[in-house]
This record gives sequence, C-alpha cells and structure tokens, in this order.
Amino acid sequence: MRHLRITWDKGLIVLLALTLGVGAVISPRFLTGNNLGFVIQDIGEIMIVALVMTLIIITGEIDLSVGSMVALTGCVMGVVWHHGWPMWLAAASAIVTGGVAGSLNGFLVTKVGLPSLAVTIGTLGLFRGLSWALLGDQTISDFPASWLAFGYDNIPGTSFPWVAPILVVLGVTFGVVLHLTRTGRWIFATGQNAQAARFAGIPVQRLKFRLFVLSGLMCGLAGIVYSMRFASARPDSAIGLELAVIASVLFGGVSIFGGVGTIWGVVTSVLFLGAIRSLLLLERVPPNELTIITGLLLLASVVIPVVASKLAGLRRKHRLPESTAGPPGQPTTAGQPLGSPGQPARSA
Amino acid sequence: MSVQTPPAPPSGPRLEEPSWWSTVGHARELPIICVLAAVLIGTSLANHDFLSGQGRVDLMTAVSITALMAVGETFVIVMKHVDLSVGSTLGFAGYVAAYLVGPGGNALMVFVISSLVGLVIGLINGALVATLRLPSLVVTLGTLYVVQGLLAVTASSRVITQDKLPSALVSFGEHSLLGVPYVMWVTIVAAVIGGWYMHSRRPGRDLYAIGSNGPAAKLVGIPVRRRELMAFAVSGLCAGLAGALWSARFGGIDTSAGLGYELSVIAACVVGGVSIAGGNGTILGAFVGALLLQTIGNALSALDVPEFWQQAVNGTLLILAITVDRLASRRRERVAAREVVA
Repeated sequence: MRHLRITWDKGLIVLLALTLGVGAVISPRFLTGNNLGFVIQDIGEIMIVALVMTLIIITGEIDLSVGSMVALTGCVMGVVWHHGWPMWLAAASAIVTGGVAGSLNGFLVTKVGLPSLAVTIGTLGLFRGLSWALLGDQTISDFPASWLAFGYDNIPGTSFPWVAPILVVLGVTFGVVLHLTRTGRWIFATGQNAQAARFAGIPVQRLKFRLFVLSGLMCGLAGIVYSMRFASARPDSAIGLELAVIASVLFGGVSIFGGVGTIWGVVTSVLFLGAIRSLLLLERVPPNELTIITGLLLLASVVIPVVASKLAGLRRKHRLPESTAGPPGQPTTAGQPLGSPGQPARSA
Repeated sequence: MSVQTPPAPPSGPRLEEPSWWSTVGHARELPIICVLAAVLIGTSLANHDFLSGQGRVDLMTAVSITALMAVGETFVIVMKHVDLSVGSTLGFAGYVAAYLVGPGGNALMVFVISSLVGLVIGLINGALVATLRLPSLVVTLGTLYVVQGLLAVTASSRVITQDKLPSALVSFGEHSLLGVPYVMWVTIVAAVIGGWYMHSRRPGRDLYAIGSNGPAAKLVGIPVRRRELMAFAVSGLCAGLAGALWSARFGGIDTSAGLGYELSVIAACVVGGVSIAGGNGTILGAFVGALLLQTIGNALSALDVPEFWQQAVNGTLLILAITVDRLASRRRERVAAREVVA
C-alpha cells in the first residue's frame, strides 16, 4: 500500500500541474514564457520570505514582523542611497538592518523567553513605525537604472526575470538544509518536542535565535527585490505581507503546531497561488475573488485532511472492505499521519 | 486569573479571604493603569487641551471600537486561541448592516443586523475550531481572507456615505451622555457584561481553566468544545457590533473599514496583561490596554510629535509590557519557590 499513500504536498504538485494544464486550455497567453516570467517576478518576495518562515513555523515559532522588516530594510536602503553612498553599500545596509531587526526578535524570544506571536506583533509595529520615522510621507525612487533592471527586466535572451535564479538557488539551499542536514533534523526535532530536543543535546534556543536572524536577513533581501521591482522605497510597502506568507506556508502543508512540513510543499504552494492569481488576472476576474479563493484554499488545506482521516477512521471501524485506491487527495491508509497542518497531534 | 485569585503562598493553611488591599496590590492590571495615569497627567500638564471636554470626547470615541473588539478577543485569547478575523468581520458586518437598512431605516436595526452577521462569522470560526479541532490561527486567517474578499465583492468600491445612513445612527455617533460619547457607552456596557461573565459565571471561569490546562479541563468535565464555540461567537458578536459603531462614528463605511485591526486588537489585549499563552488576563486589562495605546497615540499628537512615530511607540510599548510581565512572573515563581523551601 505504501506507494499509494498520498500526502498533502504531493497532492499540491498534482494541483499545480492541473492548474497549469487547465490554464493553458482556458487562456492561450497563460503558459507563455512571458507570463510565467511575470508569475515568478510577482511571487519573488513572498517566496524568499516563505522559505525562512517555513523553518520558523516548523520549530513551533512564528514571525509576524516580516512585512515590516521588508519595508524597513527597503527604506534604510533608500536613505543610504539618497545620501550619496554607493548602491552596493545601500543594499548591504538593507541586509544588515534585517539582521539587526531579526536578532531583536530572536533575543526577545530566546533570551527573555517571550512568546514569538506577541513579540513579533510588537516588532511589526516597531519596524513599521521606524520606516515611517525614517521616510515620513516621502518616497525614494531615484535608484540607479542598472539596479532597477534587476528588479523588472528579464535575463537577456530568456523570458525569466533576474530574481528567478536567486529563487532557485535559495529554494534548493533551504530544501537541502531542512531535509538533508543535521540542522534540518534539529529543526524538526525542536518543533516536535522542544523539551525532548533540548535533553537530546540540541541547542534549541541558539537554533531559534539564528532562525530569527536569518528571517531578518532574508527580509533584507526581499526588501531589495521589492524596492527594485516597484522602483521605489516607501514606508507603506509590503503591508500585510506577513499574512500572505503565512497563508502560503500553511497551505504548503506546514503544521502551525510545528514539527511537520516540507520545503517543496511550500515552494509548490507559492507557485500554485501565483499561477492561480495570474490565471484569474488573465481571465479578468477581479482580485477580490482571489482573496476569497486564498482564504477558502487555506481553510480547505486544514479541513480536508482532518475530515479525510475521520472518514478513513469510520471506514475502518465499520470493517468495510478496504478499497484498493482512494480518489486523489484522500488518504488510503487510515490513521497514517498526513503531512498536513490539520494534524491534531499537538492541539491542546 | 489575578484579581480573583491573588497568588497565595502554596504552603500553610491560609484560608481566610485575601484583603481588599492585597487584591488591588497584586492585580496584573495595576502597572498598566499606573502607566495610563502617568501618560494622562503628563500630557495634560504639557498641553491643557488634551483632557479638555472635546479632547476627552475625541479620545473616548477613538478608543471605543478597538476596545469593544478587545473585549471579545479576550474570551478567545484566554483560551489560548486567537481570532485574526475580527478586522474583516467588522468591515463586512458593518457594511452589510448599513447597506441593508439604508437611509430611511431604523438605526437600531443597523446594530442588530451588524451584530448578527458578526455572530454568524464567529460561530463559523468556532465550529471549525471546536468540532474539527483545527488550529484557530489557521482557521481565522482563512476566514479573514474570505470575509475580506466577500466585503470587497459585495461593496465593489461603493462607499456608504452619511446621507445613505439612518440619520439617528449618525447623530448617535456624534452625541454624548454625561460627557461620555454614546459609542463609548456601548463599549462600556459590553465590557461590564463581559467582565462580569468571565469573572463570576461558571462558563466564564471555564475559559480560564481551559486556557491554563486544556486536557485537565476536559478531564474534570468542562465542555471544552461548547466553550470554544461560545468564545468565538462572542468575539464575532463584538466585532460585528463594532462594525455598527464604525458607521456611527465615521458617518459612513467602505471596504477599508477594519483593515489590519486584528493586530491592534491583539496588541491591546496583550498590553493589558491578557497572556497569549492562555489562562491569564481580564476584560478590564484588555480595556485598559486599548485605552493606553489610543491615549499614547493621541498624546503624541497633542505633544506635536510627528504621527509617524506613533506605531513605533506602540510596538515598543507592547514589547515592554510583555517583558515586564514576564520578569515579574519569574520573580513571583522564585518567591513562591523560596516559600516552599522555608
């Protein structure tokens, strides 16, 4: 039966393939190189932040300050550039700012011992407020043309934006770290049971601290990408990014309770949501419907696995003959933990 | 659970009622009330208009909406859950109610419809969390998006202006009774009822038990699922009622109503000592927390600090509040441990 087991992240890949196929049939412009390049550009900062958010949520923490960090790092970059410093230094200062902001989160969570949900709601306000304090109602938009080209031009000779290779490298790196290294095992162990992980000699607090710093650094990178794409640094950029990122991560099969999740699930989820958005835009569906669809998908991602495993449990209880293969999306083996956020293993 | 049960030393048969004074002295809300008083006094010394008649009315009108949502959110957070959908619920319920009633209608109906819509959304959240054991953060993030999208689709950038609202509703938002605006009276009444319920009624006390130790609460026979459903319903109801207050206060409502309020509401609760880890905090605390955040915002503008700093100050305050609370509870634990040894 083993080869028949369908987990949430594998189902997502099927869903993505279906979307691409159906999209190609509905809209002739959907599967063109230009449009795919646009989709990748559109999801750039969400993908960058979602990768690190995946690690943080798997350890059982959360970082709500990412949207504000993206804005703050972009504003710092704009101010540094505006004062006549070279652009590479401005970009470096965005990354450093992100690192400092992330270490503040990490310090409050791991050293002071505060819940990350409350801490990062606080720093969400703090970092956003600092962005406003830095720039007020100004916008800095005189970035050098060569850097802006990085934001919205394609790699010459292809239809892919410059951000695409960065996303590929980051995605592969995060995937390798989470699934093939000791650090990755530590992350899962911490999320499954932090106390047991600590007794097993895993430096839980140091690990979490570093992940929060990494989150800041990645937000710095996302801040650069975002500012270049919109050709401006503004204090009100990326408002609400945190919820969009968390929705993508959870839809990608990461459990909000920690300890469960995959990088490819999250990557597929971000690509899928980007593809759906592009398809709806091409079909002139207003973006409001997209908000509803995002919410419904998120709810479905937690409801379906729970209902499916309950149904499977009922079926086993009534000793009905086991069918050979369930429909796609349904678990065929009752009681097997699904790689899904709905897994009620640690709910209080 | 602070005002009701001050931390008694674990050793020794001390059974007499704690004195009135020790109850007040140990209240979790005490430090935050002192900070609020300091901000009020300091600012009004620097700017005499701050606590003048109009300044007071402005402050109370501004705080009424967040404080009302914080009352409902406290029910949820005390149970170690979270409701992120309150901002969207406010906008949707308020818009639908204002739209259905129209200019010639009864102002009371705006309140009733808005509350009912909020209640339904809260019940949906509660049903998903309670019956399917789903994580509330994910469920309410999902309903946040769904409800926000529904509002955008329903309203499709139409704005309900003052002339499309019942005139009684608009004047309700503009007038005061005994120096307190009517909208604030609604919030005060809700806070008093909610505070009494959580302090003195068994189902209210159950919420604290569930938040402190869910499995144990289940074992002693507390109907955990029913309480979860109730808490989310209350939160939705308050958010819906806040939607009607929004129309009254601003004399209109559009698709941006309540956008992003969920995090301010949670911040107000946490500043007021409602622990995100569950089992701790009171409605009074959440109310004072909302009042403090709003007061600081108004104080900054009264002191001519650029409004851009307001969010940074609020964020810092939230972090300080939870840090102080954490350090204080560590000290209490150490003192308690010493008394056990002695």
